Amino acid sequence: MVTIKELAEKPELFTSGHRACAGCGPAIALRYIMKALRGPTIVTEATGCMEVVSTIYPYTAWKVPWVHTAFENAAANASGIEAALKAMQRKNRLGYEHVDVIALAGDGGTYDIGIQALSGAAERGHDFLYVLYDNEGYMNTGIQRSGGTPHGASTTTSPAGSVIPGKVQYKKPIAEIMVAHEIPYVGTASIGYWLDVIAKVQKGLDAKGPAFLHLFAPCPRGWRSETSKTVEIARLAVETCIFPLWEVVDGEYALSPQSKAIALRPEKKKPVAEYLKTQRRFAHLFTPRFEYVVKEIQDDVDKHWNQLLQKCNITVSVPLKN
Amino acid sequence: MNVQQKSWKEIAPAGVCWKPAADYQTGDWRTFRPVRDPKKCTKCLLCHMVCPDAAIKWSKETQDLEFDYDYCKGCGICANECALKAIKMVVEGGE
Amino acid sequence: MAKVDQTVLPLNGDEAVALAAKQSDVDVVAAYPITPQTIIVEKFSEYVANGEVDTEFVCTESEHSALTACLTAALTGARAFTATASAGLALMHEIVYVTAGCRAPVVMAVTNRALSAPINIHCDHSDAMAERDSGWIQIWAENSQETYDSVIQAFRIAEHPDLLTPVMVNLDGFFLSHTLERVQVLPDEEVRKFVGTRQFPLVTDTEGNAVPFKLDPTRPLTVGPLDMPDYYFEHKRQQEDAMSQAPKIIREVHDEYAELTGRRYGNSFVDGYRLEDAKIATVCLGSVAGTTKTVVDELRTQGIKAGILRIRAFRPMPTEDIQKALVDIKALAVMDRSNSVGGNGGPLFHEIRHTLYDAETRPYMVNYIYGLGGRDMPPKIIQNIYKELNEISKTGQVKRLVQFAGVRE
Repeated sequence: MVTIKELAEKPELFTSGHRACAGCGPAIALRYIMKALRGPTIVTEATGCMEVVSTIYPYTAWKVPWVHTAFENAAANASGIEAALKAMQRKNRLGYEHVDVIALAGDGGTYDIGIQALSGAAERGHDFLYVLYDNEGYMNTGIQRSGGTPHGASTTTSPAGSVIPGKVQYKKPIAEIMVAHEIPYVGTASIGYWLDVIAKVQKGLDAKGPAFLHLFAPCPRGWRSETSKTVEIARLAVETCIFPLWEVVDGEYALSPQSKAIALRPEKKKPVAEYLKTQRRFAHLFTPRFEYVVKEIQDDVDKHWNQLLQKCNITVSVPLKN
Repeated sequence: MNVQQKSWKEIAPAGVCWKPAADYQTGDWRTFRPVRDPKKCTKCLLCHMVCPDAAIKWSKETQDLEFDYDYCKGCGICANECALKAIKMVVEGGE
Repeated sequence: MAKVDQTVLPLNGDEAVALAAKQSDVDVVAAYPITPQTIIVEKFSEYVANGEVDTEFVCTESEHSALTACLTAALTGARAFTATASAGLALMHEIVYVTAGCRAPVVMAVTNRALSAPINIHCDHSDAMAERDSGWIQIWAENSQETYDSVIQAFRIAEHPDLLTPVMVNLDGFFLSHTLERVQVLPDEEVRKFVGTRQFPLVTDTEGNAVPFKLDPTRPLTVGPLDMPDYYFEHKRQQEDAMSQAPKIIREVHDEYAELTGRRYGNSFVDGYRLEDAKIATVCLGSVAGTTKTVVDELRTQGIKAGILRIRAFRPMPTEDIQKALVDIKALAVMDRSNSVGGNGGPLFHEIRHTLYDAETRPYMVNYIYGLGGRDMPPKIIQNIYKELNEISKTGQVKRLVQFAGVRE
């Protein structure tokens, strides 16, 4: 087990000087991921906030080899790198015993345009870790809705108007989709818990074959929340069970400690309103016209939480709120 | 951009980046700056972990935290997360 | 006279491509099947399954991912190859530009096939024509022998440290890809010697060091950044500069290969047939050149001074070579196996007209759009084209600038 001091003494591989907004959740996510590396690593990234803010030519914030090609193909990038490493290794041209490959993409480049490449790479069994940094919208291009945007959120292409209360659809269960691919490791994590993120990144790198980590990273700009509350909001998402933390290893579900604590002590589960109130993208839900949506969100969270508890074989009676 | 513009003959091909991001100091973005009370601080290093810009460094030599105001954007996450409330956000150019 | 002994094998164009790639010791082949390229990937996977080749063969879930994987494999330091056609190439379109922009030496064979809609699986040049602005070198083969030779040469060309430009080898779908030909092949060792191992030019990293251009954890590089308007133009200018180095390298590689095998294709950029004293000629790409040569021979027996110029290297456009080859031609027909709808002629016509605009003496030029969607181009039609050229050269009158040869009106 590594100590925080040892982590703090590691050189930063995603450095200061990047152009992310103040209080950016994904930037924190990337720092955690870079702290978790175990050896020589190649990182590939999809077009998105983190790619753009970190590599404005001629500047780069990356101290690891890094490549970006397009928006929808982070997983295909990783496939090509992994195949090249394998071939070069066999032909004695590599010079390393092993090189880890990490694909990074936002919810834009994963849920929607990137899902084909991700599914293909998972099916082919490439040895790589795919980290989805989820800020629930196409933030880089101006806060448009994605498949990862939650129900009721106001975005620029699902704005809260006088008739429609923000996004009508629900968040696509991307981690469950990856579980269905039967890959060695699937996990969810939140930047609210740095140690858990680092542990899961390491587990993903250790896994032999495709690993997928769904990493929750709030965007104060897009969510219109206080820049100082980014990490706190990332914790609230877990405490309200909006974003529970769990892993699936070889088909076995396991709740992570932070969510397990809530499962065992249901009174600790916070109401979704506490979370929603921190972000002005949900402000319209606290008006008489749209307050019914809060109940929809709560019901949906409860339903999925109960389903998750069942999959984790935890029997604690948590009745669906009426 | 405060970089001397180079001609196409002077730059390496393939668009490979040749300047570290650290050459671009984002410190002038902020409105508020974090000020740490060393008496309250227990050096738990949590602020170092949560800073999006790696602007709070742990120095092995001085065995202390260093706030790098060349890069700090003043988001206030460090102040919000500090369990001891040892960091205060003050207006830049104020106190 | 060839330096080495070669074996004659009965191969179709696809098989010739697969063999050339196999012998060139490719590290990564990432591909997606599409008619009429399928035999390439099938043949290659047989080589892999039988342990005849040491290659990571990645069956990607789409062509877009196929070219992506080849691109990043090449950037990691591997020799990467893929093949596609038509809609597959169209799906790759975004990444075709990215590959050229990232300066990755990927080699791709394209079995030219029509673009949809309606969907058509037969020979047509619209797929590769849509990529002519992308920054790739384009070589067009007349037959399967040339296809085999060109794929091998392509690796040398693409990987040349002064070039770092991907290469597309085009072979006509079905006409070449699926028809059996006697192909002379080199021994494995000779091909391996010819293509050699990848060399990596040096680029500058963030510490000012000159490091090999590849993704290497010890010497980290950032590839594929965001360019603002202050640098994108310069990066594109670099690509044009690299392309201007291409003719020298294409010729050198071609000539070295010609010495090894005894086979030449014109001067490596253009291949003229009976042009020395010709007065009328056609210009074309690909397999129709073969048919046209038999027509030219027939016309010659009738005393008509006909010739034909086939363009082998379409990108970079061999402007001077074309001008020189056609200097005495009075009437010229450009044969386009694709159309630029609303463009007053096909893409090759536009380019040839542009090329000859500055020539000292310009021939009368007309355009024939032919063979779209695999429509056969029989000698009869080609003969009529030459007859019309004859008329034009005598009367100096061009009745119609652009015609569709072989369509039912």
